[in-house]
Amino acid sequence: MTLVDPELAGRVLQCALARGGDMAELYAESRRGFGLSLDDGRVERPQSGRERGACVRVVHGDSTYYGYVDGLAEENLLRVAGSVSEAVRGDARQPAALQAAQSGTRHAISTPPEEVEAARKADLLRACDERARAAGAEVAQARIGYAESHRQVEIFGSDGRAAADDRTRIRLSAQVVARRDGRVETGTDTRGGHAGWELLEDNPEHVAGEAARRALTALDAVDAPTGRLPVVVGNGFGGVLLHEAVGHGLEADAIQKDASVYAGRLGEQVADPFVTAYDDGSRANAWGSEGVDDEGTPTHRTTVIEDGRLTSYLYDLLRARKDGVESTGNGRRESFRHLPVPRMTNTFFAPGDATPEDLIGGVERGLYAVSFGGGQVEPATGDFVFGVSEGYLIENGKVTSPVRGATLVGNGLEALRAIDGIAGDLEIATGYCGKGGQTVPAGVGQPHVRLRQLTVGGTAG
Amino acid sequence: MSLEGAARRAVEAAVSAGASDADAWAEESTSRRIRVYSGEVESLSDAGGRGIGIRAFAGARSGYAYGTDLTDEGVADLARAAREAAELADEDEHEGLPEELGTADVHGLASPGFADWTTERKVELALAVERAARAREGVTQVENAVYSDSDGSVALANSRGFAASYSVTNAWAYASAFAGEGADLMTGLGVGMGRDPSELDPDAIGAEAADRALALVGARQPSSRRCPVVLDAFVAASFVGFIGSMLSADAVQRGRSLFADKEGEEVADPALRLADDGTDPDGPSTAPFDGEGAPTRRNALIEDGRLLGFLYDSRTARRAGRSTTGNASRGSYRSPPAVGTTNLVVEGGDRDLDGLLAQAGDGLCVTEVAGLHSGVNPVSGTFSVGAVGRLVENGELAGPVREMTIAGDLVSMLNAVRSVGSDPRWVPFGGSVKAVPILVGEMAISGS
Repeated sequence: MTLVDPELAGRVLQCALARGGDMAELYAESRRGFGLSLDDGRVERPQSGRERGACVRVVHGDSTYYGYVDGLAEENLLRVAGSVSEAVRGDARQPAALQAAQSGTRHAISTPPEEVEAARKADLLRACDERARAAGAEVAQARIGYAESHRQVEIFGSDGRAAADDRTRIRLSAQVVARRDGRVETGTDTRGGHAGWELLEDNPEHVAGEAARRALTALDAVDAPTGRLPVVVGNGFGGVLLHEAVGHGLEADAIQKDASVYAGRLGEQVADPFVTAYDDGSRANAWGSEGVDDEGTPTHRTTVIEDGRLTSYLYDLLRARKDGVESTGNGRRESFRHLPVPRMTNTFFAPGDATPEDLIGGVERGLYAVSFGGGQVEPATGDFVFGVSEGYLIENGKVTSPVRGATLVGNGLEALRAIDGIAGDLEIATGYCGKGGQTVPAGVGQPHVRLRQLTVGGTAG
Repeated sequence: MSLEGAARRAVEAAVSAGASDADAWAEESTSRRIRVYSGEVESLSDAGGRGIGIRAFAGARSGYAYGTDLTDEGVADLARAAREAAELADEDEHEGLPEELGTADVHGLASPGFADWTTERKVELALAVERAARAREGVTQVENAVYSDSDGSVALANSRGFAASYSVTNAWAYASAFAGEGADLMTGLGVGMGRDPSELDPDAIGAEAADRALALVGARQPSSRRCPVVLDAFVAASFVGFIGSMLSADAVQRGRSLFADKEGEEVADPALRLADDGTDPDGPSTAPFDGEGAPTRRNALIEDGRLLGFLYDSRTARRAGRSTTGNASRGSYRSPPAVGTTNLVVEGGDRDLDGLLAQAGDGLCVTEVAGLHSGVNPVSGTFSVGAVGRLVENGELAGPVREMTIAGDLVSMLNAVRSVGSDPRWVPFGGSVKAVPILVGEMAISGS
């Protein structure tokens, strides 16, 4: 199914360039979503949504003018193109003939979620609730969420660019509260991907079981230690470390405004030679993957750190043009209501030679941060903070008591240099990344990683 | 077709599709966003949108559907989808439309002066913000100066005969400035908000961004300590927003709030007085009715150190045997109503920031926190968040500090409040909060 006829797209671009501009683009989108949740033992908030709309932008020098509109009717598209064109003061330009639409990597969807009967989705939530409550008598509350989305996008550029993408995502999440006497702790887990219902066919209740295990474990937690300690970060969601401490600082918009500690450091040794990291929007069925990005550039794997050397920034078309390089396929937008900006897709450290046991065994006293509740960075300074959602003490090379309330603070460049071991157990988890008021799905991942020292802010002492 | 008419028609469609009751929330708005960099427009948008969300009840169950197609056919499709979705939900005897419907007497939400501002003047305003920030000596970069506004209308109709609408305008501007270089670079944010651009002071916004960054240049990691802490208005607002979310009756009833058993009890030092006010004429979230048609009002939350009550929508109110407080909140037409804060208002005290610093003696003044959402346990209230600020020595600001966390638990923190500052201001942190700086007697700082 096409959203906008290429002939109409051509006229919209022509209209957008009526008063000049270096580049015009039409981005059309249709999205359908469905979700429901279970809380307090009850299935609730079933909801579906359907939106169609388009964004027209005109780039003129270093300025971008854009407008968006709900609906894809011809009059809507021409009106928004006309209104955007008025911001430019120059002579009309003619767009290049549109090429045949290309699409990037296809992510195979075996069972489109919309073809699965809705009642099965409600039953899945009930099964998860049951699994969580079976984990222990101290489980007090479970909240399970299910969401699916189907986005179709089409992109037409005045440089002749034409591309389409069809994106299906599915996600199951669980948050479990455990209670003992006056003490209350929570545990969470998720499973998601650029995938269909098949992702949830094999033991989906595990997500609830895992969240329950985390909540129950936390009931025995002692206050987190404070001070500078060696830290082993777990695989999967532990990759938030790379995402925050490094990834945001590699996005070319921050680089070009000198608003990143990584600006001017391409080719520099920023970590030990055994450290390699990628951003890979083409990874099969991963949460942050697309076929093409939101400017029509096919997604692919970009090596951002190779053998400890900084090798690439992450680009969209605009910033790539400015630096005279090719886009790395990182021009992403939340929806047709936003401009594309350089964003990570799936960002992860390459697997190393060590085992998690090796990494932990080498620590006399430290912290094992299995998973994070989230994180935040100021790219300009590189200062970051992560909340540890599941953590343990490491004493004499062994994992001992669970700890609660640990927060890691540090600086991206220092943290990279502090990496002294990487294991082989790479895993990618599902995150949501917010930047400039836009939220996009982002895959975060890594194998187990050890840092010589990081500041742990705990609640003890 | 008027917006109210569209909402009415959607309700009729839902009832025709078999809903026992229904409501529909329709929105229409235009918005502008202007980002300038280095004296030039970096991006400028002028956009419009409209959409509708329909909530259909099937007895004690409810379902929701939203979309952007407001044609007869589109609305009928959504109404059917909402009615079908309701079949999936489990019964909840407390579900339903509110008994109390109506509108509060609220004026001045839409500024008549808003329309006088051309796009060119708004670009000028954004450029003035940037210039003001760059003008301060020591500022090395202004990463962003942004002006943004919206004017729109909202309409709500339901199957009990309620139909109402209102229009609202809002304008914001902010800037992010850098000071220092290399490893010493620090950032600062300046913000301003109002009903129309004339309420924004570009010089003050730019200067605030610059001053906040300059104050932090040369920051170092402090040693760990326990000491008095002054939270500036931005930081206090973030904490207040978190506390507000835990006063939602929904969080309380689902066992997710540390305030669950504390109604009527002492929860804070009497210096801290907090209300949720959906009718404050200056509040960004002010409206005559809430997300399901109950009139908004002012709800005192903490007075004389006691927790006076929680925030309810009609469903949580029925479950608790109370009345709605007008706190059914809608993020947009894309989400069904749920309990939420409107504008949180902290009553100001009589000391200004300098007065609080003097009272603190030796301690810390925090000007930024990070990681609040991952760093606070909403049930137990324990928290550990990243922080940036200045040391306080002999009652005055001293060396800047970074790479540290402040930790504690919210219950102890509320009880340890010693003073609340004067000069309340609206800030866009923690939701919509009218905030003042707060002095807390003791908190745990961890650094080196």
